[in-house]
Amino acid sequence: MHWQTLDTWIVVAGALSAVSCALLGNFLVLRRASMMGDAISHAVLPGLALAFLITDSRDSIAMFVGAGVVGVLTAVMTQWVHRVGRVDPSASMGVVFTGLFALGLILIVRGADHVDLDPGCVLYGAIELTPLDTVFLGGWDVPRAVVILAVVFVINALFVAVFFKELRISSFDPQLSTTVGINATVMHHALMVLVAITAVASFESVGSILVIAMLIVPAASAQLLTDRLGSMVLVSAAIAVASAVLGHAGAMTVPGWFGFEDTSTAGMIAVAAGVMFAVTWVAAPRQGLVGKLLHRVMVRLRVLQEDILGVLYRLEEYRGGEGAGLSIAKLGEVLALRPAFASVAIRGLVKRGEVTRTGHGYGLTRGGREAAARLVRAHRLWESYLVKFLNLPPDHVHGPAERLEHVTDAAMHEALADRTDRPEHDPQGRAIPPSP
Amino acid sequence: MLLVVVGLGTAAPVLTHADASAGFWARAVRMISLRDHNTRVVLIGTSLLGMSAGVVGTFMLLRKRALVGDALSHATLPGIALAFMVMTHLGMDGKSLVGLLAGGVITSVAGLACVLLIRRTTRVKDDAALGIVLGVFFGLGVALLGVIQSMRGGNAAGLESFIYGKTASMLTSDAVLIAVAAVGVVLVCALLFKEFALICFDVPYAGSQGWPVLWLDVVLMGLVVIVTVIGLQAVGLILVIALLVTPPAAARFWTDRLDVTVIVAAVIGAASGLVGAGLSAMVPRLPAGAIIVSVATAVFIASLVFGTTRGVLVRVIQHLGLTQRIAEQHLLRAMYESAEASQRGSAVSNDRAVGWSSLIDARSWSQRELRRLIGRARRHGWIVEAPAPSQRTSTDVAAQSANDPGTSDRWFRLTETGLAEASRVIRNHRLWEMYLITHADVAPSHVDRDADQVEHVLGPEMVRSLIELLEVQGRGASVPPSPHVVGVPPALPR
Amino acid sequence: MNKPSAATTTNASAAPVHPRASLAEPAPWPGAPKVATGAEHPEDAPLSIHDMTVAYDRKPVLWDIDYNAPQGKLIGIIGPNGAGKSTLIKAVLGLVPMASGKVSIFGKPYSKQRRLVGYVPQRESVDWDFPVSALDVVAMGLYRRIGWCLPVTRRHRNAAREALDRVGMADYADRQISRLSGGQQQRVFLARALVQDALVYFMDEPFAGVDAATEQAIIALLQELRRGGKTVLVVHHDLQTVETYFDELLLLNMRIVAAGETGEVFTQENLHKTYGGRLTLLDQAAEAMARKGVRR
Repeated sequence: MHWQTLDTWIVVAGALSAVSCALLGNFLVLRRASMMGDAISHAVLPGLALAFLITDSRDSIAMFVGAGVVGVLTAVMTQWVHRVGRVDPSASMGVVFTGLFALGLILIVRGADHVDLDPGCVLYGAIELTPLDTVFLGGWDVPRAVVILAVVFVINALFVAVFFKELRISSFDPQLSTTVGINATVMHHALMVLVAITAVASFESVGSILVIAMLIVPAASAQLLTDRLGSMVLVSAAIAVASAVLGHAGAMTVPGWFGFEDTSTAGMIAVAAGVMFAVTWVAAPRQGLVGKLLHRVMVRLRVLQEDILGVLYRLEEYRGGEGAGLSIAKLGEVLALRPAFASVAIRGLVKRGEVTRTGHGYGLTRGGREAAARLVRAHRLWESYLVKFLNLPPDHVHGPAERLEHVTDAAMHEALADRTDRPEHDPQGRAIPPSP
Repeated sequence: MLLVVVGLGTAAPVLTHADASAGFWARAVRMISLRDHNTRVVLIGTSLLGMSAGVVGTFMLLRKRALVGDALSHATLPGIALAFMVMTHLGMDGKSLVGLLAGGVITSVAGLACVLLIRRTTRVKDDAALGIVLGVFFGLGVALLGVIQSMRGGNAAGLESFIYGKTASMLTSDAVLIAVAAVGVVLVCALLFKEFALICFDVPYAGSQGWPVLWLDVVLMGLVVIVTVIGLQAVGLILVIALLVTPPAAARFWTDRLDVTVIVAAVIGAASGLVGAGLSAMVPRLPAGAIIVSVATAVFIASLVFGTTRGVLVRVIQHLGLTQRIAEQHLLRAMYESAEASQRGSAVSNDRAVGWSSLIDARSWSQRELRRLIGRARRHGWIVEAPAPSQRTSTDVAAQSANDPGTSDRWFRLTETGLAEASRVIRNHRLWEMYLITHADVAPSHVDRDADQVEHVLGPEMVRSLIELLEVQGRGASVPPSPHVVGVPPALPR
Repeated sequence: MNKPSAATTTNASAAPVHPRASLAEPAPWPGAPKVATGAEHPEDAPLSIHDMTVAYDRKPVLWDIDYNAPQGKLIGIIGPNGAGKSTLIKAVLGLVPMASGKVSIFGKPYSKQRRLVGYVPQRESVDWDFPVSALDVVAMGLYRRIGWCLPVTRRHRNAAREALDRVGMADYADRQISRLSGGQQQRVFLARALVQDALVYFMDEPFAGVDAATEQAIIALLQELRRGGKTVLVVHHDLQTVETYFDELLLLNMRIVAAGETGEVFTQENLHKTYGGRLTLLDQAAEAMARKGVRR
């Protein structure tokens, strides 16, 4: 890889565009209007073409106005077709944006003499050419696209920061939001205007395809990583920047691995975002596939360890004395599980000092006996509770109590004892250990 | 490295090379007479495509998955690019349509699998899952196209035509492929019509009946993939979703029957394909895909306005008609109740005249509205102008003299038909009222209380008991008395 | 399997009646009164549920359900919101997965007995704007019998029309379903179940939001079904009408509070257990299990 100033500017342009999109995208994803981003970034085409035809120039202001108008128009028309025509909301979106896009294409092709727009360029942009068109700013030659994107980024960031609370409530509960005086429709339209403007600012450099990907993918990844809206916005922005950097680096290097030259940066930025989503999907701490699996295994292990404590406690109770022990093989047999798993569980218990090696295998320590008593107490209180309040026959309550004992905390313990009048014996007549 | 301009400008050269100078009409004649083989091929291909998309799209629309096709179509791009690379690498013709489309099918199905997996295993919602697949797969496709650009000896020109479509490049063999696939899709839909209808309408019930909902869904999605892929060449992957969404959405305005919806959607789709491809062949520099979609959109707008079942115009007219009918009933009821009040005890007859002033007081209408309403009622033959009664009741006289003399002298009475109509209206109205009073807990919604005979909705037994209730309050008559106090409302306090 | 279900209460006089009087346990524990079950051979009962537990998203909503439905009865399933009434039906029909348990219809798994079972889902479960007529909806009840790929013929439409007639909706056969009143829509759903000519019917809140006339029509129809020896299980929430409508009750609140003849189980005490004492502890525990991901 041969990194030059050129590449830095490309990454800066890509990152600015990606972050601008990602900031807005959070609210699209939360409003379940993700496809609106797709719709608007397509639908701005006729706005651009008309702005071109009217002003006969690539004047930025006119293009932004045209795009903003078409952005709101798309949202309004989608709403209108949905409400007046009683068409399914996503279908009305499909009808509106394809109609507008087709119109835009026809305008561009028919007016090719006047319109210096290239539909291919609209789609995947020309980020590689951005550093060539520069303006002189404060002693630096800054690419024009970077300046425009920076302005859009500042606008979007300010919008999200200033109206954060309004965005939150109008995305969460539009009706409530309107009744407390924050008009959800207005917020929605404002969001759409910004999406349209961002799409226009981006189309020259990175193309609309990157806009679609960046509106949704970073926000969806962030959704898997956090439970708070504020951190979701920040995380999505970070993912957007990382996608831009990785994407450009990837465009320069990845094709080389297969013996090709480089490839389109815009496309690779979208791919990088996709890869990051996939990684999050698999590895996110709580929402990820691995995380969920690991959590499930940990819970099973914990339950198993508590079961072992219970078995050892009952054994002592049965033999009427402390110091009774069981071998791992025996434990596995009693609890119907593989010895390997049992030995993993035992190892954890030994580490926590609740179980220790005895002559006959493993037995409870003092600490372990206390923990086990708590568990058995919970178990037997639950049995009493189930018999008393659910009218379950006493020989039917062992199973449920077995599951319930693992989730009984101190408060629940207390409540349970109260509701069952602090019995001394469980329905089968076994003693309930006193509360510690 | 900038990707080369898509060959849009050349989207219409089906005939241009033949006689570019011959002018529009000459080309139109040639086109319409289908003399040109290539034109024929293109037209047949696009209309069959439109038809099959309309059929499949209807089910997708009713399954509330209208935009799934959009993600699927975008997901074809990396497959096309990969197929090109693989075929070129193997020394085959990189542009074999079958090969490219097969690649498209593979990645499209992979995209679909991703959507389903994301939806199942994360908290990411449906729409975002579609957006992710759409954006990332398309980005991958663009990146691969970029790689192909820089391939030595790789002649990639033409691959981009799948993005915006290019009917001009359609060969006879391509059209045959489209035709076979389209007919196959329509056949499957015809065979599985009732199964698809069931899973679109009522998934829990379908499941309880043991229909394999998941597999039926998979088949339906598979059909969408096929339509999408054969639509790539004609309208391009961005706009192919329009063929799946717009004709079915338009068809819904014309009918309330599923089979008719499917047929209308198929016709609209086929017509859009035909007209669009035809126009783009006749007029230079019209991109076929965009024109096809524009035609479909135009049909949609027309259907939205003029559709005979759910169109906006029909609904406005119905609403106006309803308002008018309600006003007419109000007039009849005012006439009837006024007569009823003055003929206490005896059966209501139509020999009593009712004065303008008591009518104007009966309701909230203005002089003008009442005048127009009376004119309409007279045209219906419900009321006629009557001479002023010789012995005026005191209230009538008093009310009469309070009004302005211009209209206050007019008196009306019901005709025989008017009396019959008024009795019917009053009877229905009073029974409904009684019903609402006695069974106020749940009122039947959606009932047209005038057109639906009360017996039909509530059942004869219910009506009989309601009549009994009413008769306890008043005395038996063919028209039950009103459950609340009616009669000529006393002159409003002035 | 047509054993008259009078057997349900042969022992009813033997005090104290265990609330689960019609459950399958022959003798729950030593010394417990021997109670008769819904059928002499529970495996022949129209519906037999054994050890069913259902969890939504890891949160258990039904615990340890054991139930045998008696043959030829109108059975009301009652309980507060969130008690799992609809879930019970859906789990029986295989629409939601069970965490554990076994369900049989006349002694065989449901998947083999679909023909014998009619289902009336909640009215809100479908899009009433769908472009079909009332007759089309009723004909859907015949799809399974018609089989794959074969079209609906005149014969089927006639059968559907007959079913519509039975619910007093013959005049509305060709009306698009959104233009029917709530009660009429419910009757269409009922007709769809009728046309299946099943032996066991499951109805999910058929009386919800319908007018009085429809409610009368529905209950008359249910009684007609019972006369024909069919078993009907109805999710219901109006306690006032319970006693007049149903022969048998299933009081449900996450677990079966009581089941048996209406006169026997519809008592203040049972109602209190069903509605009154919210099992807050059990709710808490369920919540904790969901949070921690403890599986049964």
